[in-house]
Amino acid sequence: MGETDVRLDQVTKRFGDVLAVDDLTLQIDQGEFFSLLGPSGCGKTTTLRMIGGFEDPTAGVIHLGGKDVTNLPPYRRNVNTVFQSYALFPHLDVFENVAFGLRRHHVDRQEIKRRVGESLTLVDMPGLERRKPGQLSGGQQQRVALARALVNEPKLLLLDEPLGALDLKLRKQMQLELKRIQKDVGITFLYVTHDQEEAMTMSNRLAVMRHGKIEQIATPEEVYEHPATEFVAGFLGASNLLEGEVKSRHAGVADVVVEGGSTVTVPDASLNGSESRVKIGVRPEKIRLEEDEGEPPSGWNSVRGVLQIATFVGVSHQYTVDGPAGTTLTVYAQNLGSGANVAPGDRVRLLWRPEHTFVVRPSEPLAEWEEEQ
Amino acid sequence: MSIVATRDASLVEGWGGPKQTRKQRRLRRFVLPIYSALVILYLLTPIFIIVLYGFNQTSPKKVAFRWGGFTLRWYRKAFVLSGLTAAFKNSLMIAAISTIIATILGTLVALALFRYRYRGKGATEGILFANIAAPEIVLGASLLSLFVLFGVPRGIRTIIIAHVMFNIAYVAVTVRARMAGFDRAIEEAAQDLGANPLQTFIRVTLPLIFPGILAGALLAFALSIDDFIITNFVSGAVETFPIWVYGAV
Ligand SMILES: Nc1ncnc2c1ncn2[C@@H]1O[C@H](COP(=O)(O)OP(=O)(O)OP(=O)(O)O)[C@@H](O)[C@H]1O
Ligand SMILES: [Mg+2]
Repeated sequence: MGETDVRLDQVTKRFGDVLAVDDLTLQIDQGEFFSLLGPSGCGKTTTLRMIGGFEDPTAGVIHLGGKDVTNLPPYRRNVNTVFQSYALFPHLDVFENVAFGLRRHHVDRQEIKRRVGESLTLVDMPGLERRKPGQLSGGQQQRVALARALVNEPKLLLLDEPLGALDLKLRKQMQLELKRIQKDVGITFLYVTHDQEEAMTMSNRLAVMRHGKIEQIATPEEVYEHPATEFVAGFLGASNLLEGEVKSRHAGVADVVVEGGSTVTVPDASLNGSESRVKIGVRPEKIRLEEDEGEPPSGWNSVRGVLQIATFVGVSHQYTVDGPAGTTLTVYAQNLGSGANVAPGDRVRLLWRPEHTFVVRPSEPLAEWEEEQ
Repeated sequence: MSIVATRDASLVEGWGGPKQTRKQRRLRRFVLPIYSALVILYLLTPIFIIVLYGFNQTSPKKVAFRWGGFTLRWYRKAFVLSGLTAAFKNSLMIAAISTIIATILGTLVALALFRYRYRGKGATEGILFANIAAPEIVLGASLLSLFVLFGVPRGIRTIIIAHVMFNIAYVAVTVRARMAGFDRAIEEAAQDLGANPLQTFIRVTLPLIFPGILAGALLAFALSIDDFIITNFVSGAVETFPIWVYGAV
């Protein structure tokens, strides 16, 4: 741990006039489970393919384990890939599929037998060595693809949406198994997905990408609690955003006047720039909703609105509120048995702790083709 | 619940596809086999007849299209006519050589068409198609004028060149059909696992497209043995099997 395993330095990839990856810089540590997350077409696969050696970067340098591999072909890199289509060899049986990499490296017979057996056990697939890939279910093919890559004990395993073709239940199960396997073998995993929940549950750290650039690299919690950009805030879960102006900064906090007039307090650290117009945000589950009567409690941020819709979804109540300056705000309130005593049309206020406020850099709105997640 | 309990074969079958009436099922059981048998008969009859003639008792002077009784004497005299034997040997040799060359070149064309996007890809496909679609008389005549123009003496060599020419297209098309649906990621996976391009080709690509290559080669061999029109244009004094047979009838 701690040692850098993968380093991308200002890597750019163009296909004709399409800028697929734009000046990307990234470091992944030894033993990390690192995810690349982003909407369709943001350049995740291209990034992975450049690390695997299947695409040449237009510019930039790729290091693996401290060695510059930018110009090495795939078969000279100590990296293995689990392809989204699995790409098993249809003419070889399961055993030979898994043994393929070992045979190319002239591992001796006994050793091959032992290691293939071990890796098939690791992915929980013993006993099917003589089957052809065509005789396996999707989930089993997935496991063979994984075993085929892991048996070579690579420094780094690249996985491009490996669970994309599986149904939801199997997907959840494989997520847990992948995580277990990664812990067992201690190999660095670079995992590509456009499923934010998957990235959050599995990764040590993740990078959110858009338009070939990285918007934010951090732990899942950090990315969720303190999204750096408007895009990240919207891509990972729901969020409420308000525009405002910084009024004063003092003692680790800043006061921001949001549109509509209320003043909210935000942690000073989240204001990285010195600009005065900012967008602040808060997650729906961090908000407490109550009737707008009397003075709001001190030490809480508060904005006013009119309750539009109240829905009951079992574990929680969801409220949609017309907030200040034409905004629509969402509140999730855990169902603790005592719901707020409010009805649509009531004047309400939304309260949350200052430390739950984040400040984002504005992003251009989502294009239509990006929205499918 | 009762569905599970009474789940017998007929029920399960009934759920599989659209409902079939009893009449439709009977039609299926009888009409399809009969129809298939008729088609197979139609296809096999000419071959059967020619085999039958091999055992036909006739006078050696003329070709008789009438049954004269069973005999094995034609098989004893198979190699008596030296012209026929020589022509047959020529045909086999030409077919073997042109098949090998056309199979290699045609497979490479198919691989290139499958793998790369390049300028002239559309033109290559067009030429392959034109080669198959063009009347043989046109191909033969143009080849002959080409050989005459460049002063190439007609003979076995020009026949082989001609056969390779038309066979490349057939091999390329057959191999290409085999590659449709072939996942390019499979080749990448091989390289990812440490196989260099040559090993990737030998261990992965070749075994997968081999049925296509074999089919293409068999087709090429058959077309070469069989060809009369183009061969007749470019053969000079050399006789191949079809040319001898045509001359003998
Ligand atoms: N071989 C190629 N030729 C031309 N353009 C390409 C090629 N490969 C990718 N692109 C383009 O580069 C951009 C990034 O593609 P990439 O496949 O990396 O996206 P992705 O993030 O993996 O998307 P998805 O989630 O849909 O798989 C896209 O605009 C895509 O159209
Ligand atoms: Mg992709």
